[in-house]
Amino acid sequence: MNSQLEKIIKKYDSDKFRLMDILIDIQAEFGFISKEATHDVAKELNMAVVDVEQTLTFYHFFTQKSTGKNTVYLNDSAVACMMGREEIKKAFEEAAGCKFGENSADGLIGLYNTACIGMNDQEPAAIINGKVFTKLTPAVAQQIVSGLKAGKNVQDLYHQELGDGKNAAAEVKSMVRNNIRRRGQVILNDFTPGVALKTKLSSMQPKDVIDEVKKSNIRGRGGAGFPTGLKWDFCSRSTGEKRYVLCNADEGEPGTFKDRVLLTERPEMLFEGMAIGGYAVGADQGILYLRYEYKYLETYLEKVLEDARKDNRLGKNIGGVNGFDFDIRIQFGAGAYVCGEETALIESGEGKRGEPRDKPPFPVEKGYLNMPTVINNVETFCAVVKIIENGGNWYKQMGTEESSGTKLLSISGDCAQPGVYEIEWGMTISQMLEMVGASNVQAVQVSGPSGQIIGPKDFDRKICYGDLATGGSMIVVDKTRDMLKDIVLNFMEFFIEESCGSCTTCRIVPKLMKDRLVKILNGKGVMKDIADLEDWAKILPVSRCGLGQTAANPIATSIKNFRELYEAKVQKDVDYDCGFDMNKAVQASCAFVDRVPNAH
Amino acid sequence: MSEIIKIVIDGKEIEATKGQTILQAAVNNGIYIPTLCAFDGIKPKASCRLCTVKVNGRAMTACTTPATEGMEIENNTAGINEIRKAIIEAIFVEGNHFCPSCEKSGNCELQALGYRFMMMVPRFPYSFPQRPIDATNPKLLLDTNRCILCLRCVRGLKDENGKSLFAIKHRGVHAEIVMDHEVCANISDEMAQKAMNTCPVGVIIKKEKGFDEAIGTRKFDKQPIGHEIENKFNQGGN
Amino acid sequence: MSKPIVATTSLAGCFGCHMSILDIDERILDLFDLVEFNKSPIDDIKTFTKQCDIGIIEGGCCNSENVHVLKEFRKNCKILISLGECAIMGGLPALRNGIPVEECIREAYLEGPTVTLNKEGILPNDDELPMILDKVYPCHEIVKIDYFLPGCPPRADLIWNALVALLTGNEMDLPYEVVKFD
Repeated sequence: MNSQLEKIIKKYDSDKFRLMDILIDIQAEFGFISKEATHDVAKELNMAVVDVEQTLTFYHFFTQKSTGKNTVYLNDSAVACMMGREEIKKAFEEAAGCKFGENSADGLIGLYNTACIGMNDQEPAAIINGKVFTKLTPAVAQQIVSGLKAGKNVQDLYHQELGDGKNAAAEVKSMVRNNIRRRGQVILNDFTPGVALKTKLSSMQPKDVIDEVKKSNIRGRGGAGFPTGLKWDFCSRSTGEKRYVLCNADEGEPGTFKDRVLLTERPEMLFEGMAIGGYAVGADQGILYLRYEYKYLETYLEKVLEDARKDNRLGKNIGGVNGFDFDIRIQFGAGAYVCGEETALIESGEGKRGEPRDKPPFPVEKGYLNMPTVINNVETFCAVVKIIENGGNWYKQMGTEESSGTKLLSISGDCAQPGVYEIEWGMTISQMLEMVGASNVQAVQVSGPSGQIIGPKDFDRKICYGDLATGGSMIVVDKTRDMLKDIVLNFMEFFIEESCGSCTTCRIVPKLMKDRLVKILNGKGVMKDIADLEDWAKILPVSRCGLGQTAANPIATSIKNFRELYEAKVQKDVDYDCGFDMNKAVQASCAFVDRVPNAH
Repeated sequence: MSEIIKIVIDGKEIEATKGQTILQAAVNNGIYIPTLCAFDGIKPKASCRLCTVKVNGRAMTACTTPATEGMEIENNTAGINEIRKAIIEAIFVEGNHFCPSCEKSGNCELQALGYRFMMMVPRFPYSFPQRPIDATNPKLLLDTNRCILCLRCVRGLKDENGKSLFAIKHRGVHAEIVMDHEVCANISDEMAQKAMNTCPVGVIIKKEKGFDEAIGTRKFDKQPIGHEIENKFNQGGN
Repeated sequence: MSKPIVATTSLAGCFGCHMSILDIDERILDLFDLVEFNKSPIDDIKTFTKQCDIGIIEGGCCNSENVHVLKEFRKNCKILISLGECAIMGGLPALRNGIPVEECIREAYLEGPTVTLNKEGILPNDDELPMILDKVYPCHEIVKIDYFLPGCPPRADLIWNALVALLTGNEMDLPYEVVKFD
């Protein structure tokens, strides 16, 4: 066996539950995961080869052949396209001499698409050799390719200054910008690490912590909105020899990037929140499940963890509380939106395919390694720190009756000031649009593709759990956009690409719906197609997880709120058209036998 | 001792043992809930979604949801059956299901569900995908054209060391079943037959055998899938 | 009242479905009492001579001529029935759908093991010949089809029951044994 490979497998004790880490390291070391490496891993971990391939082929960033000496992953999310991705793509292709999905003939450059990389406020953006490039232009794309071809280090090809805040830190050195536009009273307010841990917990029992969180009425900030205090309470009551606290930093919903900003500016707060969670439920291990797209933050986050250990905010007897032991490791994903679903995240963390589990049992009973597990979003853990510092009652005063506290919004698209905003729940969409400097607005995509696309008639609605609940993604679409093509079609393609494929419903139906949408966009649609799409959308809610249940939402909610756009595209005088095109159908055979088609 | 609880399915009160799933309780009581990915002796995965029922108004899969005291379950309703029929039709158009030329025809569970739900034509257009056939193993043929990704083979078939005979590669629309050539290299006749029986459709076929049952004598020629459950207590059923 | 008029055709099919129509046995006499046949291989009328009530289609569409005939049927019949697996989903001819049409032609005329006489490598390209479609299409993916009777072939009883139901306006009798896909 290759000695490097051996070292990697040894590093993780040949533990099959660490298969993700092993594969990530192999991919990083060799640029791809060869057949031989797969066989060696299978042998060392005592698994069938196909079982290793099962995991390996699930994730976007694991590849079985080289993706080029230099690899460009260009974001293809809706907002990237709105901001001019097509031109950038062309420029990359011209400069590299190959198409997207291929490597250049000399193997120097590989061009690949990737789903939303969490940079919606600074698109078009790409990850090149692990470094993030934002606000790309065609000229910059060409410069980058020639630089890479000339053997330059990718960091020497930065076309912008380093970003604000910690983006410029020595361990990050990234051009990414935080774009924090509004600081609320909770998360983006001033923060001193360790206050909650060192001055509050010593006088609180774990149960008191849970009660305080319950009192605050905070609900999960990832989008599902489950009451956090209740979740922690359930977990603390479950039986298991060990408990875990997991942080979901898989932020994959197109249009959200607020967790990226928190990971950059508030990692101490996040880790403190996880430690508080550990204290509350009796866990001594935390895992930060971080999306691969944010790997550029790895060194920095490891340093923050190390500093926290030195400062007794992690480790043994934290904050002087006897027996309060807690530490955190970072678990990277490898490119799979579905891993943002908490049970898929757990599966992935155990080295498996990121397929959601059947519930019940819920993670609070049987989670990571089948032990009671708390999983919360980055923002939730951050908010908890302030709740412990200032009390649940303080927190509850903000927001609305049923939606307490503040919420971070990631706002992008057609607006003057895209970025992160910490608002109090209860703000209306109109107020939000004014805040971000948006005009001529056609629609707002609330909560990303899995949410809903709404028009002006709904702009007086409130951002809160009772009305427009959201994980924070807000995409503004102005009237110049072709909504069905630019937004709806892009989102459907996203869901098709990101389905784990386990449920028949989510694996099959979105593709059928997308094809039908394309038919309508191609002018071949009839009124019945709109009715069909509405009917087919009703199949998806029986899927196992949130991805499947919402995969028809781009089409379903746009038909609901913008039916006229569909009606304008279908043929009015035809009641049956399945899109058959004789000329197209005979083209290939006629060309092959050297004949001029004479269809009529 | 096992604790007896009461649940209600379509207005009928039945007894279940605590710890049973809704599906197990239903089967024991002669109530048919359609399934495809569920298989006796294999841990359920709820991937086909056909056993979806409504529990206190919420869609849940019967094969994975434990029965609990007082549960109100809707099963055989027009709304749920319509979704089930749509799922069956979606599965038919996803793959290449050429029933007339398939060894499993007449014994195929997908086909039988098509019959039971009176599928005359799927509502969706056919996709005619290009799928591989793996005939390299001496005992087994793997024709993925007919695969419905129920993963019964992946979940249920392991060798003596616990290694998988089959696995799923890729994800979403690209997902496919593959055979582990090392593990399957010296597979026994018994195991090959078990593999074929585990597959609800005609993907895993034991070689040198096929079309050995006359039309009219096959499993689903005369009686619909599920009739053995419904007729359990000789109540006639339908 | 004049008798309803029926037309039938076999596109990319094997005529097995037509055989199954004949398989209604002595009821065929009743059928001739109930309906009049127009364009159909049963009476060998080659072209439509009047508007028909029911058109029965066997086979899917593998070439331009199939499409042409199918569209003629749609124009000339009030009700169209897809009869059998080929009409409904392409059937056995559609086994080629996963293979590029160029490869199919190459195999059939140039490289197949049974190709021995075509030394010059001639490919059929006369303008009079039907053009081959990129895949075999189910009939309803070309024109609107009103009813579907599955089977390979559809059971004679299914065909009979369907025709009786259509002609009498009664609900169709569908015993379990008659709806089969093989």
